[in-house]
Amino acid sequence: MSGLRVQSTGLRTTLQDEGRRHGQHLGLAVGGAADLHAFRWANKLLDNPRGSACLEVLMGGFSAEATGPMSIAVTGAAGRLAINGRRHSLWRTHALQAGDTISLESPTSGLLNYIAVRGGWLGKCLCQSHAMTPREGLPGLSAVESGQLIEAASTDIAPHRQMPETFLPDYTAPLTLNVIPGYQYSAFSHEARRTLTTAPYTITQQIDRMGYRLSGTDIDVPGMTLLSEGIALGSIQVPADGQPIVLLNDRQTMGGYPKIGTVAALDCSRLCQRGPDTEVRFRFAELANVQCERVVFEAFFARTTWNTDGKALIWP
Amino acid sequence: MIIEPVSEDSILIRFGDTLDEQLTPRILAAQQTIAEQLGDWIIDQVPAYTTLLVVYDLHKVDFRRVIRAIELILTATGEDTSEPATTGRLIELPVYYHPDVGLDLEALAEQAGLSINDVIQRHTATTYRVFAMGFAPGFGFMGTVDPSIATPRKTTPRQRVPAGSVGIANQQTAVYPSVSPGGWNIIGRCPTRLFSLDSLSLLQTGDRVSFKSISREDFLAQGGEL
Repeated sequence: MSGLRVQSTGLRTTLQDEGRRHGQHLGLAVGGAADLHAFRWANKLLDNPRGSACLEVLMGGFSAEATGPMSIAVTGAAGRLAINGRRHSLWRTHALQAGDTISLESPTSGLLNYIAVRGGWLGKCLCQSHAMTPREGLPGLSAVESGQLIEAASTDIAPHRQMPETFLPDYTAPLTLNVIPGYQYSAFSHEARRTLTTAPYTITQQIDRMGYRLSGTDIDVPGMTLLSEGIALGSIQVPADGQPIVLLNDRQTMGGYPKIGTVAALDCSRLCQRGPDTEVRFRFAELANVQCERVVFEAFFARTTWNTDGKALIWP
Repeated sequence: MIIEPVSEDSILIRFGDTLDEQLTPRILAAQQTIAEQLGDWIIDQVPAYTTLLVVYDLHKVDFRRVIRAIELILTATGEDTSEPATTGRLIELPVYYHPDVGLDLEALAEQAGLSINDVIQRHTATTYRVFAMGFAPGFGFMGTVDPSIATPRKTTPRQRVPAGSVGIANQQTAVYPSVSPGGWNIIGRCPTRLFSLDSLSLLQTGDRVSFKSISREDFLAQGGEL
């Protein structure tokens, strides 16, 4: 069996897939790849099932040595990927042999990289998922450690593929997050909703896989006491200080702060590639439009196939 | 009962607006029927005090179809006026109540104008209901605590509450399954494991829980750590 012997994990490296199922009623966080776009592409390049586990690397600084043959693809944050010290491109497949080393430097834009392997990475499973949730401190499911061997499900060398350039994301582009009006939306005043969608907000230093704290104009919070309720991915919680928090993959399962709406999942993916001091905006969106964008996104990965030169995708 | 979309792949069902122990069996019955009848359409469900969050699989079902199916289930289960079949399992949790491990026990007793023994007696006299699971794996929000010992959260949360700590926050009580930050008033420590990767969570929403006061010797014998 082949795998990667991790030499350095950088700030944080975890295994992530589509997250846990049927675990939240026991208090377990969902977890899962924070950037679905880069995650789906990493698996698509290798013809993996769409939810195969990838390594999620925060801010580079990752290095590892292959213990056998395998095919990998690295997507996400723009930065230097080196294989045996030589620079290589992201968003394409690479064949590794035993003894080859790979490393990722600190990115120039974006925060997260995904390293996929043909067949997916193996790891401890909980609720049908390999997702690691560092906050919960579960043994073997916290984070990848240096020295650890991450085993690949396959030693296959995949055909050469590279993502067409038109799909390359720009993690420095201005970002407006689509918000579905939900939860306590109607309890927030007209003024509060206007503030959210007109004033710019800045990403603070308090960001992690649990959520992103933003700062900007105070949002008027309705004076209501709320019993804790289940929190969806992207929920915008507004505590008493009026500063919004967007809750992400490792969020707590329940919360009792008023929520003005929910950020679309694909916009959560865009948000988590942005770092502190980046400006973001919000706009309210129709549920149906958000669902359409997501369904088309998923259908693209589920239904297109690679053409023979591995450089373009074809709809059936 | 209100069904509202809260994100592109989840809906929130509101069964009521106020804390009501009668809601818990209804919410759990709905959760169970949804799980049985809708199978792999459903990715996750989060039952809480008055609500049920249902996350569905966008790859398997569209929004209108899942809402329609859930409406039908709720209408059918709503008409069933018989007593809910499950009143919840009864689980007894041993607790070593002592200032050595109950970091706030003395302060709480003093604030309530009671002796430490009175506090223990009042905490163990009630059979609690698990209203919701959350915050951390295996953490069950239980109520309702006798008003005479119901104490608000500490103004400054502790950075580190030891695993097994039994706490009170207003009319809720809970056991911290693992070390974590927390602002509840800690009155004792429970040696029972509440979460493991093999058996997952000991407690589930709807369970009834009673606490039993044990000695330091029993606490240690049952695997408790000081």
